[in-house]
Amino acid sequence: MSAGVFEPIVGRYLRLEMLGKPHRLYVEEAGSGIPLLCLHTAGSDARQYRAILNDPEITSRFRVIAFDLPWHGKSSPPEGWQLLPEYRLTAAEYREIVTSVSKAMGLDRPVVMGCSIGGRIVLHLALEHPEEFRAVIGLQSGGHVDPYYDTQWLYRPDVHGEVSAAVVSGLIGPSATEGNRWETLWHYMQGGPGIFKGDLYFYKVDGDIRPRLGEIDTGRCPVYLLTGEYDYSCTPEDTKAAAAAIGQGTEAVIMEGMGHFPMSEDPEGFLAHLRPVLDRIEQS
Amino acid sequence: MIEQLAERANDDALLVHRGRFLDTTFLLGVGDQDWLVRIVDGRVVKIDQGPFVMPRYTFALRASAADWDAFWSAAPRPGFHDLFALIRFRRLAVEGDMHDFMANLFYFKALLAKLRRTA
Repeated sequence: MSAGVFEPIVGRYLRLEMLGKPHRLYVEEAGSGIPLLCLHTAGSDARQYRAILNDPEITSRFRVIAFDLPWHGKSSPPEGWQLLPEYRLTAAEYREIVTSVSKAMGLDRPVVMGCSIGGRIVLHLALEHPEEFRAVIGLQSGGHVDPYYDTQWLYRPDVHGEVSAAVVSGLIGPSATEGNRWETLWHYMQGGPGIFKGDLYFYKVDGDIRPRLGEIDTGRCPVYLLTGEYDYSCTPEDTKAAAAAIGQGTEAVIMEGMGHFPMSEDPEGFLAHLRPVLDRIEQS
Repeated sequence: MIEQLAERANDDALLVHRGRFLDTTFLLGVGDQDWLVRIVDGRVVKIDQGPFVMPRYTFALRASAADWDAFWSAAPRPGFHDLFALIRFRRLAVEGDMHDFMANLFYFKALLAKLRRTA
């Protein structure tokens, strides 16, 4: 038996009041420096950011923080959750969650980086709260996604919840190792009943920000967009369209071989794209 | 080529195990050519080539021959690499009672990928 090795990631539970109720959220962090707040995809949890939290070069200059949304991972749903017919995430709630966590942790104008639904909410945050964030990084970020399948299949008692993982499995690109591919899918298999579906309410219905992208002032809050080429949920074309609508020199970087979960499916490939973005934020 | 599906699927013990509760017949439409695929306990037990008179099946997966060919290439390009990618871009139609398909989605994604040219 070999000696065990602890990773530098520290996980703790944060108690805070938000959305009018007490909440208990699971938060992981590592490193010190500029706060980098990371938002996971719909139906998953903060383990998607394990590689960034474990990267000594990034954590030497950034305090990397990733939390599980309420109802996700090791974060609890608020008390009384059993009385709700279905969980459903709205844009207003999602904004309040991110700004509440940032304030509750006393973060000073963090960089916020989110993927998929997280990549969408960072656009809302850049628009509505530019003074609270020094920059936003959108991964698989677009203004809107039209429904392309019936999400009722994600939450019904005669279909096992692992269907959530099966639905997203093709969103992972060919550059992923088998280990990272199935780690990413395992997080989906562990999602609570109806949670992925409820997140998609924000993604496909309530979170459409297309008409307002041009109002984002990147002089106050710079926007960086990175998207994997195999993503058919938020496609490279969707990200390019968002970048064009934001304007002001906003670029869409398309990452070859990657899909919808770059930080989790191909950490090494993704970090090669992320480091230059972090350099620019650090130097600005 | 479609005829090879049974051997390739049934040789994969993990796939058969994944489908151990699955009994269904689905129609595979490759352009104008229809096939009926019968699955019992996760094993492909029968493949019939159309045309059919009054075919009976639970659901159908239909795409053009060119789109299936791209999906079955050794390294499919983006948009052709997964059944849901084909659905997203309106290249694959899933018709009928798709409960078996959705409840066993990992199975059907892996089953159809068995026809990839390197498989």
